Amino acid sequence: MRIQVETTLNGEPTTFLCEAHHSLLDVLRNGLGLTGTKEGCSTGDCGACSVLMDGRLVPACLVLAPEAQDRTVITIEGIATSEALHPLQQKFLEHAALQCGVCTPGFIVAAKALLDANPNPSETETRYWLAGNLCRCTGYDKIVRAVLDAAAEMSSGKAAAR
Amino acid sequence: MSARTYRYIGTRPIRHDGLDKVTGRANYGADFTLPGLLQGVVVRSPHAHARIVSIETQAAEAVPGVKAVITGKDIPETSARLALGAEGAFDLHDIGDNLMAHGKALYEGHAVAAVAATSIDAAREAAKLVRVVYEPLEPVMSIERAIAPDAPILHADMVTKGRPLPGTTGPTNIAGRMELKRGDVDQAFAGADVVVEREFRTSTVHQGYIEPHACVARSGEDGQILVWCSTQGGFIARDFCALILGIDAARIKVIPSEIGGGFGGKIPVYLEPVAIVLSHKAGRPVKMVMSRSEVFRASGPTSGTRIRMKLGAKRDGTIVAAQASLWYEAGAYRGSPSGAGAMCCLASYAIPNFFVEAHDVVVNKPKVAAYRAPGSPMATFATESLVDEVARAIGMDPIELRLKNAVAEGDHAPYGPVYGPIGLKQVLEAARAHPHWSAPLGPSQGRGVACGFWFNAGLSSSATVTLNGDGSAGVVTGNPDIGGTRVAQAMMVAEELGIPVERVRPSVADTDTAGYTDLTGGSRVCYATGMAVIRAAQDIAEQLRSRAATIWNVDRDRVAWEPGRPGRVIALDESPDGSVRPPLTIVELASKMAQTGGPIVGRAAVNAPMAGPGFAAHICDLDVDKETGRSTVARYTAIQDVGKAVHPSFVEGQMQGGAAQGIGWALNEEYIYDADGVMENAGFLDYRMPVASDLPMIDTVLVEVANPLHPYGVRGVGEVPIVPPLAAVANAMRDATGVRFTELPLSPSRVLEGLGTIAKG
Ligand code: FES
Ligand code: FES
Repeated sequence: MRIQVETTLNGEPTTFLCEAHHSLLDVLRNGLGLTGTKEGCSTGDCGACSVLMDGRLVPACLVLAPEAQDRTVITIEGIATSEALHPLQQKFLEHAALQCGVCTPGFIVAAKALLDANPNPSETETRYWLAGNLCRCTGYDKIVRAVLDAAAEMSSGKAAAR
Repeated sequence: MSARTYRYIGTRPIRHDGLDKVTGRANYGADFTLPGLLQGVVVRSPHAHARIVSIETQAAEAVPGVKAVITGKDIPETSARLALGAEGAFDLHDIGDNLMAHGKALYEGHAVAAVAATSIDAAREAAKLVRVVYEPLEPVMSIERAIAPDAPILHADMVTKGRPLPGTTGPTNIAGRMELKRGDVDQAFAGADVVVEREFRTSTVHQGYIEPHACVARSGEDGQILVWCSTQGGFIARDFCALILGIDAARIKVIPSEIGGGFGGKIPVYLEPVAIVLSHKAGRPVKMVMSRSEVFRASGPTSGTRIRMKLGAKRDGTIVAAQASLWYEAGAYRGSPSGAGAMCCLASYAIPNFFVEAHDVVVNKPKVAAYRAPGSPMATFATESLVDEVARAIGMDPIELRLKNAVAEGDHAPYGPVYGPIGLKQVLEAARAHPHWSAPLGPSQGRGVACGFWFNAGLSSSATVTLNGDGSAGVVTGNPDIGGTRVAQAMMVAEELGIPVERVRPSVADTDTAGYTDLTGGSRVCYATGMAVIRAAQDIAEQLRSRAATIWNVDRDRVAWEPGRPGRVIALDESPDGSVRPPLTIVELASKMAQTGGPIVGRAAVNAPMAGPGFAAHICDLDVDKETGRSTVARYTAIQDVGKAVHPSFVEGQMQGGAAQGIGWALNEEYIYDADGVMENAGFLDYRMPVASDLPMIDTVLVEVANPLHPYGVRGVGEVPIVPPLAAVANAMRDATGVRFTELPLSPSRVLEGLGTIAKG
């Protein structure tokens, strides 16, 4: 039996059909063609599929697609505006915080959730927050620096705007 | 060469493919789709070692939506061999049999059949209905068992290649054996003041790339085949498919996707030929994606090892003798990197007398694949642990001891050739001078240092550079970009032609578009493909000289290329009226291309000689909780001779990533099998790779000793950094606890056990 789900995806009202057992990740990638959210494990252990649901960081592989009903979902495709990259995206580029880049969407979404909750995280807080995201290429050094730098820039930007 | 000043090399521009990767637009292996796409699923053996009695597929074929079911019968049993430059030959029989078992399942997870259906749910359901009758055999899960006189034999026709152990007759599980020797070992040990000897073990570990293997294949009615896949080399994927399936390479086009990590593990093909055969049978395109559990159980890993090693030294610190016996698990088919281990393990030191024997042993585990500096980390773990012991025994600083024995230009490598300019001494001096080496340690901390070596590869590469009418340029190569090679290639074009990096568009092309290029691996892309790119750009500069000569109506050798910003051609003589000819810039010449002879395309193909060897030294501070046995890396510094860093951020990234993988190997990672040879931890939860909270910042020091084989002095950097961490961590553990651990990983339980032995005294 197919279920019709109505959700808000990256700011757009979106309707999709799915089976009850399909994950949100399946629907995003295969149903809606949003392949920016990656699949590294499908068991909630790698963070490559990180998305925001009602602002909360969740692994899309562990969310059943019907749970998206009446929620807002933000994926990596919804992080940048049409005018500009999100500061996190810009800092990932500047710091060379990606090598193969397959973990990058998950890290950026997870880091956005961190900065939304805690605009000035310490290195340790950043490392613990991102502990659910695996990167095999970088050793995390440049990723953590990029996140801390984005945080610094965003809070100084806010300070300037005040 | 070192006197050359660079405009772009050594700077840190943003990578061209970066935007797509931070916005989720970049397409990786599993991101591709086609109309009418079928989903393929592999049926895998639940047994580690079993004879396949029969396979029934009717029930699976009857599932609605199922379009094709194949078994080993559909993958030809070929016996050809594919020679691949210096990286050695691949045995295609073994690759074919590994793709799909023909008579025997040789490890848990070995493919025995595959299904393609209109949905993944239907394919999975059908896969469950493929009825395979097995006759289970005793699994051979360790080197000890494999070489026991009464061990079950994996391959009835296997004989030892190389130098068999004396007295070996009949079939064996020892697939290969080699020896390296120099001088008189017995006499040298007899004259040594200090002799240390231990046995070391390392576990089977996986490359751990985050992107699982994935591909889409379409076999057309006309016999033309298209493959989209995540691979370390489009050409090697194409050639594997062609040779295994017995079809012309010209009939296959491989389009490499973006690749989500490889580390050697995406050199072999696991899915592509299966998807081609399924697509051929079904008449529709087929997509196949491995689950994480399949990645662990049926791809990669690298060898578990057992190594006995002995070092002898004089009281002044001179190492006079080394003896080693290396045993590497190959997995189910021959081909462990034991030989490379033998060649690497003593490569950092000038030791006058040694004897090393290396064995390649088959066991019922997945066939090993290359993993970053294949073979070197395990054997070097043994060497560098014993060097630490020698330093302790004679009371010498461990860096001092290493400096005393370090190889330098002119020394013979243990594997034969004479070293050219190498940077080990400079690396060790930089390590000693680094503030980390003299920083105070906390009460529960210890510090370790270790060195590492890797050959680095050269091999074949091609490149094409096209000049556009507006003075911008495109560069096309065939190496999938795993860590910033596109931007590095654009920087080389920018450097040669004097145009901004942003005005150069680097592309990774498919096998129809790029010239033949060996795989991305062996730390060769920046070096060898880079050399092709530089030559292709120089080819453009040469053509620009001709064009300027035409415009000025002078002889070609009366004009010169002047690299600059922008690059330009200057006239060596005044014009007939005595005036000075203003130089013609690349932008001006590009705009006149059509009038002066047409398109300007630079091309180069190189067969690069062996690359300059790479050396590194790592310093590790380990914080050990003696109550729980848990250890944390408190500080880490990686120092490496990188030749010339083209894009320092990506060079640092290679060093940091390699160090992190090595730390995982040392502290946590291992394949755990039950008594039946079934893997118990085939997922990221139980196969514990380092996460951000496990690691500190990883400091890097880039030492640049130019490699004379490359125009900028580049040497490979990607592989060396995984070599030192195993011993750097274990030496830090020894420093923190007083106990010498010889078995990896240093998991909390093993550490507690080891500390207990002290208490027992
Ligand atoms: S794919 Fe969801 S956590 Fe790995
Ligand atoms: S950049 Fe490759 S996994 Fe993170």
